Amino acid sequence: MNVVTLSRWQFGITTVYHFLMVPLTIGLSLVVAWFQTRWYRTGDEAYLRLTKFFGKLFLINFAMGVVTGIVQEFQFGMNWATYSRFVGDVFGAPLAMEALVAFFLESTFLGLWIFGWDRLSPRLHLATIWAAAIGTTLSAYFIVAANSWMQHPVGVRFNPTTGRAELTSIGAVLTNPTTLAAYPHVIAGALMTAAVFVGGVSAYLLSRAEGAHPADAPALHRAVRVSIALTFVAGVAIAVSGHFQTRLMFEQQPMKMAAAEALCDTETGPGLSLFAIGNVGAECDVRSFVIPKALSLLATDRTDATIPGVKDLNAQYQEQFGPGDYRPNLVIAYWGFRAMILFGAVASFGAVVAWWLTRKGRHLPRARWVRITSIAVIATPFLANTFGWVFTEMGRQPWVVAPNPQGLPEVRLFTADAASGAVSSGMVLTTLLGFTAIYGALMVVELLLLRRYITAGPEAVMPHEPEPSDHPRPEGPGDDGTASTTDDREADVLAFAY
Amino acid sequence: MELTTFWFILLAVLWTGYFFLEGFDFGVGMLLHPLGRTETERRVLVNTIGPVWDGNEVWLLTAGGATFAAFPNWYATLFSGFYLALFLILVALILRGVAFEYRGKVDSDRWRSRWDLAIAFGSWVPAVLWGVAFANIVAGVPIDAQGDFTGTLLTLLNPFGLLGGVVTASLFLLHGLHFVALKTEGEIRHRARALAVRVAPVAIGAGGAFLIWNQVARGAAWTWVPVLVAAGALVGSFAATRAERDGWAFALTGLAIAAAVASLFGGLFPDVMPSTTDPAFSLTVHNASSTPYTLRIMTWVAAIMTPVVLAYQAWSYWVFRKRIGTHHIPAVHVPGPA
Ligand code: HDD
Ligand code: HEM
Ligand code: HEM
Repeated sequence: MNVVTLSRWQFGITTVYHFLMVPLTIGLSLVVAWFQTRWYRTGDEAYLRLTKFFGKLFLINFAMGVVTGIVQEFQFGMNWATYSRFVGDVFGAPLAMEALVAFFLESTFLGLWIFGWDRLSPRLHLATIWAAAIGTTLSAYFIVAANSWMQHPVGVRFNPTTGRAELTSIGAVLTNPTTLAAYPHVIAGALMTAAVFVGGVSAYLLSRAEGAHPADAPALHRAVRVSIALTFVAGVAIAVSGHFQTRLMFEQQPMKMAAAEALCDTETGPGLSLFAIGNVGAECDVRSFVIPKALSLLATDRTDATIPGVKDLNAQYQEQFGPGDYRPNLVIAYWGFRAMILFGAVASFGAVVAWWLTRKGRHLPRARWVRITSIAVIATPFLANTFGWVFTEMGRQPWVVAPNPQGLPEVRLFTADAASGAVSSGMVLTTLLGFTAIYGALMVVELLLLRRYITAGPEAVMPHEPEPSDHPRPEGPGDDGTASTTDDREADVLAFAY
Repeated sequence: MELTTFWFILLAVLWTGYFFLEGFDFGVGMLLHPLGRTETERRVLVNTIGPVWDGNEVWLLTAGGATFAAFPNWYATLFSGFYLALFLILVALILRGVAFEYRGKVDSDRWRSRWDLAIAFGSWVPAVLWGVAFANIVAGVPIDAQGDFTGTLLTLLNPFGLLGGVVTASLFLLHGLHFVALKTEGEIRHRARALAVRVAPVAIGAGGAFLIWNQVARGAAWTWVPVLVAAGALVGSFAATRAERDGWAFALTGLAIAAAVASLFGGLFPDVMPSTTDPAFSLTVHNASSTPYTLRIMTWVAAIMTPVVLAYQAWSYWVFRKRIGTHHIPAVHVPGPA
């Protein structure tokens, strides 16, 4: 395999892996901050349990998000040096802003949150988790802006002397319509991921044969309700933002739109295909279960729009950009799009079932199928996220910077021309295998740790104290040592220290 | 001042911040075994940097991001050129970061000792390799007309590069020892001081030789100042340790790091990555930089954000200012048997 192919595999593997942690981090930071706020406001210990329990799971996941993120920051230069030179004037800015504005905020305040339980006033301590959560949410904005610019370059001009893209308006880059549509979608996806995670874990603990620990049950019931509500809200936000994305895609990346629908020939008022029987990559007319006019509606809000097909677009691009094949992988575009939506739908359906089972204060049945389903459904938003990105990124091929059809056709770069000149395929293969092996091993470790902490339940992170305490602040030192006994209460805080 | 010059200086500042901050937490990681004889002692060590190591690492991300934004050609040539060295650094940083978070999460000696190894490995490797990398950046490497590095990993392992590795490793080790002496109490603190007295001569010798070598080869007249400051600071920190002034010792190794970066960057300017193939292919602040517009935007962002970041990071150090000792470490409490 050549350098480009290997670099693509590497980027795909490391980024998809990073994005397994990312949505859970974003979503869970907000959910944990919300639990802690409820505890601060009401003094209700159930919320403190949820804060500590999900806070712990959050940290286990966060660590992996951080270390895989560092690789991302370096990868553009390592594997895509030609790309970096071409886009650096535009693309580096959001990356640097992300570090300065978001990563510092999140890492510093998360450190304060983890170790500050006994060091800060409850109010200030609550503020630290919010600062960290805002940091993670902001970081997504900058990186999505960077990514959106590759989908739809704006705010630049092409400089023929240097042969690179030059920034003309940072405002245009940061308010790229592609970003404004993708960001809510990504955040809503993250919230759905966290909501389903919280609900799935809680439902699992409640439905175990022995039931949840009596001290935990009220908190877990509450977590299930929060999860159901949040899944619905996120689901609606995802659908709405997804609709806007589809409309933009029709205008900005018609080839991706056509590929996503396996629309070979230009049609007026085309329907939306639910699925296909046969190979969408090889032949046309395998689209099945077409909802009449629906694609036209989704893309333009009209029933009689003309949506260009893959063949016509390919011919048009060949004329404009020279000979070549401008079709992305149709199988992946078509099925990736559907898999994303399908898995999101499964997650939402899980929330409906949970809502039905717990309606009017009912308890979840302690049944095996509930346990298994609760754990299995946790995977679905992760799959939806992954397929979403695979579709977005592979649907953009063969471009790494797709030309903006509404002007600026010169700002464009083929993925095939974007790799580093200084690296050999042997080197890329080395790092590809190296990262994959380490990531694989760490994935096993993370999952085992998560399992261990999930099955132990909140009780393990925050042992039940017999005498009710009326002041809401947890006591005992984590790492400092204002006290030096080792009674049970210290374990609360220690659970967060190293 | 030209914006390209300003950004060159700002990058020197970002790398200084990174080496100052992560320098001591590399040091603590490198010292996990020599200083931490028992599990509780090792936990003391890890907890001295627990709240801050991730924030420290963001200085690296910022330096990387700022290089990309301000000098994209430098970012591209450097990162693709030092490919395998960076890969090793990344592997080290991955293992180290996960190790801090995971080592205490299972109550098993085997589990912890494996992660401790990861911390030691993950701290030693970058501590050495950053020095090798920077020595090669200032000395120049083979770069062709396209701006691509044409050497291999072995090209970097020349005498000057290797000496650079010894310098950063010994300097971070010393900086870490001073940090431990400042942040702990009891046995560990004494051990750190005793070891600092033994490591200091290595750092002074290697650092002095390296900086003077560099100064003679490519220094400007004014860069004698940082060279002398660095040497003076190292000697001063040695004296401070003997006088049991831990705060001074730590501040002075920090000053030495800053002065060393200043002398290296000072000697480098206006190049950012000289080419040994042909000086005409060298990357300079002019031919590697972004457009004035981008630099202006980034200047605003940096001018607004840097003070804010410094303020809250300083506050977090203030919050965790107390010394830690073994008697502060409570019993292990993690869920369930394995
Ligand atoms: C929980 C995750 C999740 C769910 C349930 C959905 N998506 Fe999504 N989708 C993503 C997670 C995601 C994502 C990972 O966040 C992507 C990849 C890049 C992006 O911006 O969002 C994405 C991309 C993406 C794109 C491509 C944007 C582009 O190429 O520029 C479109 C058109 C949609 N989505 C539309 C939808 C619709 C109509 C959905 C169902 C109603 C839907 N998505 C559900
Ligand atoms: C975190 C979510 C993301 C995921 C899961 C993801 C996934 C992928 C995948 C699977 C590829 C390989 C496509 C192919 O080889 O055909 C790819 C390519 C690429 N992506 Fe993304 N991506 C993500 C975010 C981003 C962002 C935020 C950026 C830029 C800021 C980006 C920049 C690139 C680049 C430069 C490539 C080039 C390599 C290539 O086209 O193969 N990606 N991505
Ligand atoms: C391929 C492009 C990407 C790059 C260069 C990148 C960079 C990074 C870096 C350097 C970190 C570690 C920060 C730390 O040490 O504290 C990180 C973590 C993270 N990133 Fe990414 N990232 C990419 C994709 C994404 C995407 C697409 C999102 C959101 C939609 C995202 C959001 C986050 C979040 C929430 C974390 C959590 C852990 C943390 O920030 O520390 N990243 N990313």
